[in-house]
Amino acid sequence: MAPLLEVEDLRIHFQTDDGLVKAVDGVSFSLDRGRTLGIVGESGSGKSVTSLGIMGLNRGSNAKTTGKIRLDGEQLVGADQSRVQHLRGAKMAMIFQDPLSSLHPYYKVGDQIIEAHRAHHPGVTKKDARHRTIDMLRRVGIPEPAVRVDDYPHQFSGGMRQRVMIAMALVNNPELLIADEPTTALDVTVQAQILDLISDLQSEFGSAVIMITHDLGVVAELSDDILVMYAGRPAEYGSAADIFGRPEHPYTWGLLSSMPRLDRERTTRLVPIPGTPPSLIRVPAGCPFHPRCRYTELVGGRRCATEVPPLREAVTPGHAAACHLTAEERARQWAKLSAGRVPDDATAPGADEAAEEPGAREPV
Amino acid sequence: MVTFIIRRLIGTVFILLLVAAITFAIFFLLPRLAGETAYGLATQYVGRNPTPAAVHQMEQTLGFNEPLYVQFGRYIKAIVAGEHYQGQWCGPPCLGYSFKNQQPVWPQMISDVPVTLSIAIGAAVLWLIGGVTIGVISALKRGTIFDRLSMSVALAGVSLPVFFTGLIALELFSYKWPIFPNVQYVAITQNPYLWAKNLVLPWIVLAFLYAALYARLTRAGMLETLNEDYIRTARAKGLRERTVIIKHALRAALTPIVTIFGLDLGLLLGGAILTEVTFSMHGLGLFTVEAINNQDFPEIMGVTLLAAFFIIIANLIVDILYSVLDPRVRY
Repeated sequence: MAPLLEVEDLRIHFQTDDGLVKAVDGVSFSLDRGRTLGIVGESGSGKSVTSLGIMGLNRGSNAKTTGKIRLDGEQLVGADQSRVQHLRGAKMAMIFQDPLSSLHPYYKVGDQIIEAHRAHHPGVTKKDARHRTIDMLRRVGIPEPAVRVDDYPHQFSGGMRQRVMIAMALVNNPELLIADEPTTALDVTVQAQILDLISDLQSEFGSAVIMITHDLGVVAELSDDILVMYAGRPAEYGSAADIFGRPEHPYTWGLLSSMPRLDRERTTRLVPIPGTPPSLIRVPAGCPFHPRCRYTELVGGRRCATEVPPLREAVTPGHAAACHLTAEERARQWAKLSAGRVPDDATAPGADEAAEEPGAREPV
Repeated sequence: MVTFIIRRLIGTVFILLLVAAITFAIFFLLPRLAGETAYGLATQYVGRNPTPAAVHQMEQTLGFNEPLYVQFGRYIKAIVAGEHYQGQWCGPPCLGYSFKNQQPVWPQMISDVPVTLSIAIGAAVLWLIGGVTIGVISALKRGTIFDRLSMSVALAGVSLPVFFTGLIALELFSYKWPIFPNVQYVAITQNPYLWAKNLVLPWIVLAFLYAALYARLTRAGMLETLNEDYIRTARAKGLRERTVIIKHALRAALTPIVTIFGLDLGLLLGGAILTEVTFSMHGLGLFTVEAINNQDFPEIMGVTLLAAFFIIIANLIVDILYSVLDPRVRY
């Protein structure tokens, strides 16, 4: 059976006064029913724009979208707006980062969910939609749903609001659920509950899930596959086991080494990625990560600065990375890193200077 | 909610008392402080070249010899309970007698209210519908010719005074092309058709001024709300764009509009002075102008109190509406 969602060479560019922002520049992946894809990256790496692009929500912001997004075989890029609107909320649904600002402050949560249901089922009576809404609220773990259905968003706690958002997203049994940093705005204790809830509901509804996050812990817990994005481009793509077990891209190494781990000695230092993410208007030539990369010298010549590395499978099928390093070199470097050895230059002054090249700066 | 309304109504009485006291002080206390005598004050009310006897007579009648707080107390008492005056009974609310014609102020003033009410309410409906519609379209078509044109016209609307646009309108549509000839106020009870027809020009002229303001406010509010996360959610739900705009965005953008609308309407009910003067319609505005020209203090006091009353009530209604519009606001 064909995958539920296929994204091929997706590019989303915004024309701004400062120049062309290449927010997403050549992203491809596919997602089967019942599976979870984690999209990981720093702020401004194009994760959210990708997800909004799939939902067709970049509209009105002078976005130019090219490439292919096929949902159940249906091409969405360039499709009729009313057709995409028809799919939105029905076949594909989305939950957002901040549940308070994402719910309309003036309407009861029940009415907002009822509206979402009836928008796609005009024949359903208000009464039936209300029953369904209360049932959904119960399933996402809202206590006393028959009472809470008539409350306003400000009367809920942060975690409960996100549960409401999830109920709203799932009310029409969508086949694809996109969760854009669903736990970022929540307390740590609540985060785990929400992730468990999403995971439980996924197995109950059989939806495919795209989990967008900058938190590797979140994707580790939930994802089958992981796409690591950098500067609007895919850096590495593979199964969760591969990405965590034998990552192949220096950027992924950086993300993993900068994450505290309980199975390491407390004295082990965290290694930050030097520098800041590049401006998407002036993405560095060649590999977009090269100004911040510690391994450019291991690649012959100035290839990293001039030649864009293609995303290609190196060792394991289905596990691809966009890096000029040879497979052997990657294996050697990762072995050193995972043994807990801090790279020699991690504290050297040169590391930061490398990131201070003009192309690497955010526009002020 | 009910407690809130009752509390506010009691507050209203106190504010009106305060307004009355301040107005009273301006007209009766300040001249005294400046050295004016009771005799001198009374002189102003008896016409030109009065005999001393007549002035003394007026001084007695008006009670200028009594302490000010007694005068004020009598004034308030008359409003609440009415009073006998020179053999006449002046029922509550008795705001005293006009110097001009020795008639009670209240009935004269209240007979002018329908005129102002007709002008203000009609114009308010026009400017609210027109301003909000133009504002919404402008926000949606931001940067287009429509947006720029309507915002320029709006700027003109805000800048041009009513007596200018009013006179132009009269010249064009009453004299040059007599679509609305002989504009004058006709009571709605007398002839509803003529009432509406004669009010069209004042409505449009007055609404033009306010619609401009409201269009700009609505546009700004809409642009802000359209960027809210919950609008993105509404779209993500797959709602039709019209539902997103009207039910989700406009609803939120309207809240500040309601606030300012209440104040504007309350202010206008106290007298649409320029509009009434321009179109020679005798409402509270013209009443006020004449009262001031005649230095008719009882009339000025009365119309000040009435205007204050309108504004306070409008404010109260705004506050109540607010809690209906925004469920987060609770009293």
